[in-house]
Amino acid sequence: MQMSSIVKTTADILFPFILIYGLYIIIHGHLTPGGGFQGGAILASGVLLLLLAYRYTESTKIVRQVVMKSFESTGLLLFIIAALSAMVIGAGFFFNWLSPGGFIFGDVVAYGSAVANLNTGGLIPMMNIAVGLEVVGAISVILLALLSGIKEKI
Amino acid sequence: MRRKISIILTILMIGMLGVIVSGLTFGEPGEHPMDRYFIENSQIESGANNVVTAVLFDYRGFDTLGEAAVLFTAALGATLVLRKRRED
Amino acid sequence: MIEQIPYLAVVLIAGIGIATILLKKNLIKMIMGLAIIEGAANLFLVTLGYREGGIAPIFTNAPGGEMVLPTVQAMTLTNIVIGFATTALLLAFAIMIYRKYGSVETNNIRRLRE
Repeated sequence: MQMSSIVKTTADILFPFILIYGLYIIIHGHLTPGGGFQGGAILASGVLLLLLAYRYTESTKIVRQVVMKSFESTGLLLFIIAALSAMVIGAGFFFNWLSPGGFIFGDVVAYGSAVANLNTGGLIPMMNIAVGLEVVGAISVILLALLSGIKEKI
Repeated sequence: MRRKISIILTILMIGMLGVIVSGLTFGEPGEHPMDRYFIENSQIESGANNVVTAVLFDYRGFDTLGEAAVLFTAALGATLVLRKRRED
Repeated sequence: MIEQIPYLAVVLIAGIGIATILLKKNLIKMIMGLAIIEGAANLFLVTLGYREGGIAPIFTNAPGGEMVLPTVQAMTLTNIVIGFATTALLLAFAIMIYRKYGSVETNNIRRLRE
């Protein structure tokens, strides 16, 4: 199906902004409402905008299924590695060993209302990024698979 | 006949849900000590200002691992079911 | 009675979903019914954790006061993702059934009828 050039131009203009907004939601997941799942869904909605605006044969050249599959696998692997990394120093699975006083994301916060400090949270921001990568890959793969059922003629 | 059974089943299920719900009051949650602990200690222990994220990725990490695995499996299943056939 | 309206909404939405699954014969509409039941479950979870006059469980520039319960909100997030995964997989199965039988009406899918 061929969309009009208005739709294509709008998708081209809006796509970078959706990308930046999704990345903002992912990276600030431990400070503001949001997180890996929500930001990944926003990024995938940007991908869906591109897929709908262009013809199926064109859009699969922009959004390649192999890239999205590798995103998905990399995200899940990073998540498991981040969980396993606590076992290296002798703590349990999923222990947040970076949180108080680690070298990165390690600022100490006190109880109560606080200002937004990006350098806190320990493993949580890393897991947010990993999960965001996994969600955008998984939703894009599902969308590509569902779109491949459409006949080429229309 | 089948339609009648369906309607009776629907009314039965709505009634069961209504019985469950009728004992609850809106605005007064049945608070568990776990919730109090999360609100008071999660900011100091995990360093994250967002309590929901701290619960999701720190205290209940196994839940999130299973969730990510389910999403991965769903993507795998969708590509497997809708793969290109040689005929048709 | 007036303060029970969110719970009544949960029962109503879940009833609509159950009736859709049981009474409709189109597979796509049955999947829609399942999605409606998921929405009812999400609303029920969030309603269970609401506290009168509570604020969101986020400490960034928090205005002060009691917070609503955080655990049910995390469960809601889990439920949304799982619901998305099941809906996607069921739609893929519906596409496969349509390719094989040429219809998504359960009356026309002979081998499922026994």
